[in-house]
Amino acid sequence: MTSPSSPLRAKRRRSALRTAAFMSPWLIGFAVFFAYPLMSTVYFSFTKYDGFRPPVLNGLDNWSYVFTDSPMFWPAMRNTLWLVVVMVSCRVVFGLGIGLLITKIKTGAGIFRTLFYLPYLAPPVAATLGFVFLLNPGTGPVNTGLEALGLPAPGWFTDPDWSKPALTALALWGVGDLMVIFMAALLDVPKEQYEAAELDGAGSWARFRHITLPNISPIILFAVVTGVIQAMQYYTQPLVAGKVAAGQIGGSGQQVEPGYPDKSTLTLPQLVYNLGFQRGDYGTACVLALVLFALSMAFTALLLRRRGGLIGTGD
Amino acid sequence: MPGRSRRLTTLAAALAAISALATGCTGQSGAAASDDPGKEVTLNFWHGWNEPREVKAIQDNIARFEKAHPNIKVKVTGNMTDEKINQALRAGGAKAPDVVSSFSTDSVGKFCASGAFADLNPFLAKSGIDKTKVIPKTLLEYTQFNGNQCTLPLLNDAYGLVYNKTAFAAAGITTPPVTWSEFVADAQTLTKQSGDTYQQLGVMPTFHGYETTPMRLAAQWSPAYFGADGKSNLAKDPAFTKMLTAQQDLVGKLGGYDKLEKFRSTFGDEWSPEHPFHKGLVAMQIDGEWRAAMAKAAGATFEIGTAPMPVPDDQRGDYGKGYLSGTIMGIASGSAKQNAAWELVKYMTTDTDAVVAFANDIHNVPSTLAALDSPKLQVTPEFKTFLDIARHPKSNTTPAQPDGGTYQLTFADFAYGVEKGAVPDLQAGLAKTDQQIDTDIAKAK
Repeated sequence: MTSPSSPLRAKRRRSALRTAAFMSPWLIGFAVFFAYPLMSTVYFSFTKYDGFRPPVLNGLDNWSYVFTDSPMFWPAMRNTLWLVVVMVSCRVVFGLGIGLLITKIKTGAGIFRTLFYLPYLAPPVAATLGFVFLLNPGTGPVNTGLEALGLPAPGWFTDPDWSKPALTALALWGVGDLMVIFMAALLDVPKEQYEAAELDGAGSWARFRHITLPNISPIILFAVVTGVIQAMQYYTQPLVAGKVAAGQIGGSGQQVEPGYPDKSTLTLPQLVYNLGFQRGDYGTACVLALVLFALSMAFTALLLRRRGGLIGTGD
Repeated sequence: MPGRSRRLTTLAAALAAISALATGCTGQSGAAASDDPGKEVTLNFWHGWNEPREVKAIQDNIARFEKAHPNIKVKVTGNMTDEKINQALRAGGAKAPDVVSSFSTDSVGKFCASGAFADLNPFLAKSGIDKTKVIPKTLLEYTQFNGNQCTLPLLNDAYGLVYNKTAFAAAGITTPPVTWSEFVADAQTLTKQSGDTYQQLGVMPTFHGYETTPMRLAAQWSPAYFGADGKSNLAKDPAFTKMLTAQQDLVGKLGGYDKLEKFRSTFGDEWSPEHPFHKGLVAMQIDGEWRAAMAKAAGATFEIGTAPMPVPDDQRGDYGKGYLSGTIMGIASGSAKQNAAWELVKYMTTDTDAVVAFANDIHNVPSTLAALDSPKLQVTPEFKTFLDIARHPKSNTTPAQPDGGTYQLTFADFAYGVEKGAVPDLQAGLAKTDQQIDTDIAKAK
């Protein structure tokens, strides 16, 4: 006896299976590259695990160590947040400014575009080494120039007050990626809107405020969100700058920790690496990785929720 | 409830599965070595050297081993850091190293405590080697942890003073300083100002000045890093307060932290010909036995002298002591070729001719008692100083701990604050550093 609805159920089941089959590449990728690593990280964060001996559950020990006993966590957190707020803002404003400037240039725009984009192509280590050389307090041409002009010459990568601004300057030098994105967005703004505004007597600021910004605001949101994620993962440049400035780029066996000077270039990703791969404390490194993950999610969610203010659509 | 219970069971099963999977990936072997060292075998050997002359030296050493052990082939991989070594040992597999050498004695405690390296005591016993008769006591200290001799020394580093004899003569100084007071006076005499920087600095005293680390300097005060109870001893042992005070005073006398650090930023790489000592920018350098040879190879135009590091004024009788560390060598606990690997380790660390030949090539101090006295050892006057430091009964090292060298980094971090004048209460600061060190070690145990 078969119920009249059986063929329908079988059809639905086949359809569901077909859907699952089509989705399986994504589902497998999600499970292998996201769900499993995330679950493992959560599990290991509650264990004492050095990578050699089997992990042993140790409750909240790693979490409590990170937040109350680690002398490196809060400096790393402060530095990372500083970079997220200041470096990302500066990069977006500077990238937009350069993009605007180049779209206004009548002749030789191609040369300027190339000139501003080229630094972005420099490998991060080479770019950082170049900047440490340029900003060397004793021999760098920047300070030599500043001193010749009678201006104060900062310690840049050797002074904890200047190390993050120096990293920001390095990030601005490589702003070519944002410049290209902003240029494309700016050239896409309908010209009629500018013409209509000009007829209404709008000045250049008013045109920028009421036409350019609303039109490119989705791109600004994209730049901010990706910038925040990049800043949360900032690793190579501060590590190389700190090590080179400290004179610790290899040695006779002495161990070195990142963050020179005075932990001012220490970031959360560096601390994850330091705890996990240098100290061999994978459990605590997992706590840090989860903190980083939560912060990235929180920042992104906050930015997307507040996108109304950012992109000016009111939604 | 049944639903909740089922969910909890599923979760527990998932966690158990993850745990089992993770445990299975640790590369632990735990089994006793049972391979036949007389069979044809290829060993993976990882080391940290990357300078062409040093790489050639280790290849020559391996070639000598292969000639003596025709059945064992050695595949050598250089330029390896402790991080890479750790990852490879953890991952295991056919491409993982069987034998590893590391420059960092600081990692020994971690290597031994975690079981990354096999205990070599049974191998030594099997080969009838009495390690105390072969290897100097201090070197045995830094290659084991809690009786687990998971590494053996492969050449030794002794730290002393390398100085510019020509600059000394020009300043009217006839002998190297013996006491700290003499050292400070000489450093000041040898320092020549040039505007707001230096034409020549007596010595770079800041703790980022290459080998001038707090641990190297503290060795001259013969410190005890840990008390009998195993707790960090920085605040209790006056050696640390005295060393930090003396160093801070020297920093002040040579121009102050900011001026010195600005000058330091003009220095070239420590391992390149651009080293400031080679270029005559600093007249004295706290360094290892390699520096004099490196300076000559870099074309230094002045006469070079070597001496032990000065001692505190009240320990004049101990002059000649210094800090010791060196390259270490061990067998991966996950290796399935441990007996063959032991043949390589035994040859490189205990065979007198092999140790001497390698020491001659690398310009490091030999790490066995017999090699130190070998007539085949090439001894220049500059090198002899370091051999004597290595033999000095009061030369010391930093003890192994399960957190590796983390306690040293914590101490160094505190010392960075002291030298720049950012620590108002030295004693309180040392006590706080003790607390941090104890917390970190307890966590690593």
